[in-house]
Amino acid sequence: MSTAQSLHQSRKRKNAVMMALCVIAAGIGLAWLALILGALLYKGLSGVSLAVFTQMTPPPGDAGGLLNAIYGSIVMTIIGIVVGTPIGVLAGTYMAEYGRFSRLTTIVRFINDILLSAPSIIVGLFVYELLVRPMGHFSAIAGAIALSILVIPVVVRTTEDMLNLVPNALREAGTAIGAPRWVVIRSVAYRAALSGIVTGILLAIARISGETAPLLFTALNNQFWSSNLNAPMASLPVTIFQFALSPYEEWQQLAWTGALIITLTVLGLSIIARSLTGRREDR
Amino acid sequence: MSAVSEAATSSAMRTREATVRRFAVTDMVFRAATRASAILVLVLLGGVAISLIAGSWEALSKFGISFLTTESWNPVTENFGALAPIYGTIVTSAIAIIIAVPIGIGIAVFLTELCPRPLRRPIGIAVELLAGIPSIIYGIWGLFVFAPFLQTTIQPFIIWLFKGIPGLNSLFAGPPYGIGLLTSSLILAIMVLPFITSITKDVFDTVPAVLKESAYGIGCTTWEVTRRVTIPYTRVGIMGGVMLGLGRALGETMAVTFVIGNAHRISASLFAPGTTISATIANEFTEADGNLYTSSLVSLGLILFIITFIILALARYMLLRIDSRTGA
Repeated sequence: MSTAQSLHQSRKRKNAVMMALCVIAAGIGLAWLALILGALLYKGLSGVSLAVFTQMTPPPGDAGGLLNAIYGSIVMTIIGIVVGTPIGVLAGTYMAEYGRFSRLTTIVRFINDILLSAPSIIVGLFVYELLVRPMGHFSAIAGAIALSILVIPVVVRTTEDMLNLVPNALREAGTAIGAPRWVVIRSVAYRAALSGIVTGILLAIARISGETAPLLFTALNNQFWSSNLNAPMASLPVTIFQFALSPYEEWQQLAWTGALIITLTVLGLSIIARSLTGRREDR
Repeated sequence: MSAVSEAATSSAMRTREATVRRFAVTDMVFRAATRASAILVLVLLGGVAISLIAGSWEALSKFGISFLTTESWNPVTENFGALAPIYGTIVTSAIAIIIAVPIGIGIAVFLTELCPRPLRRPIGIAVELLAGIPSIIYGIWGLFVFAPFLQTTIQPFIIWLFKGIPGLNSLFAGPPYGIGLLTSSLILAIMVLPFITSITKDVFDTVPAVLKESAYGIGCTTWEVTRRVTIPYTRVGIMGGVMLGLGRALGETMAVTFVIGNAHRISASLFAPGTTISATIANEFTEADGNLYTSSLVSLGLILFIITFIILALARYMLLRIDSRTGA
């Protein structure tokens, strides 16, 4: 009896130890998030001022803002989304609607999942070989194309998943009143899956607005205001990269402020995206 | 039936036929557009592979297989070898995975078994938000906050601790720079943690309640249920999640570029600066003059592409296996 009891005790003890370790692991994960956000807020907020949003990036040792970098990021993100989203939505539509059980869909899904996690610097190299080298110079449009290549897999994935959740009875009802396939897709399936597809687009914006690696040698950087899509353009992430590694205090401060802006944008977009589909998960 | 109404019916028939024909054409066009987009996804990956091979041709044909085994990286004499970046990539990713996997599984167990229900969703979301933070943020945080902290506290302590122990003393040899292989590994570990956690949590949720309940029914503790039922049942899925995290760690660029030190050499100490494939490309690509230099950097990209492709393909294959099991 006593051996059984001591076995029971040791099992209970082991359980308590392992469960405590799991709680500690969760604590570490959360503490890390808090540490990073805390440092960002602490270092970034002290540099937030109107000048950040109204002045150009300064020469070394001078005060200035991030206006041209913010503008460049917004322009390239918008072009990236505008180019990438239609392709992504259409490809996702094929996979969920026309070719749901086809061989092509299986292959595309597999390749798309790989593209989804492929290193973004590889995409930068690809666009460099594809556009920058033939054109002979760096350009904002090359940066935007690199970003759109990162958008496509995110949108394909969410579009396919969300269209697959639309009940078939809805489509059958549409077909039964004589609507052709593409009208059913457009007016029934898209409408039912709209919030999910929008979520995918928001997540894609969140993903590319912080991307640095694919812009390094496509859009390069620009110290000055430029709205020429055929010339190098500044972007927030690349500016942060350059400024953070510089020895100048003003630049480092701007890098922290820029990092705070990007993080708040990305976290805000992810939270909005989540709240759009959150109710579905709860069920 | 008057002639008038007959004419009306036949014209209605005609417009109806025309409408049906128009529908058929637009449907075909739409279908073709979606199919072309799907194929474009395949073309993209193929294009990446072809452009990398084309871009690396010059370097690979000059150096051949010795490109993989040469440590030297000298832009002046134009002698390039990929050994140091490959070493750095593999070492940092391996250490990151070794640290992140137990913590990730721990968080997943916490979320599925221990966490009070109202807290479950907020904590899960918080951990996933870590995944959304851009890598440059981890980089700047690592450079200005984490590396100085390691340099002044943890690293001197570890160097002092292992001073007299052979093997470990060369693995943790000073001086403490703050930046280096170990710092990069720790940052990478933080970055892949959310991926591993969320996938592990998802596959834990696929374990049928009956299995767990019957284990609890014969008196198992929570740990025993996790160890003997949940983890064996989801082994393939966890492996898939780990591989996915590994793929991320191997290709991660910005965070590592900030804290690795960018030194093309292989040293025994984990505290020494090193480099990875992606950090080398990010640091040197725009400054590379000469076709051979650029081509060597693209060759590094090709190597990274091949490694991550294999790892990610394996990850997806494993996750597909667990998907098909729950689907059946």
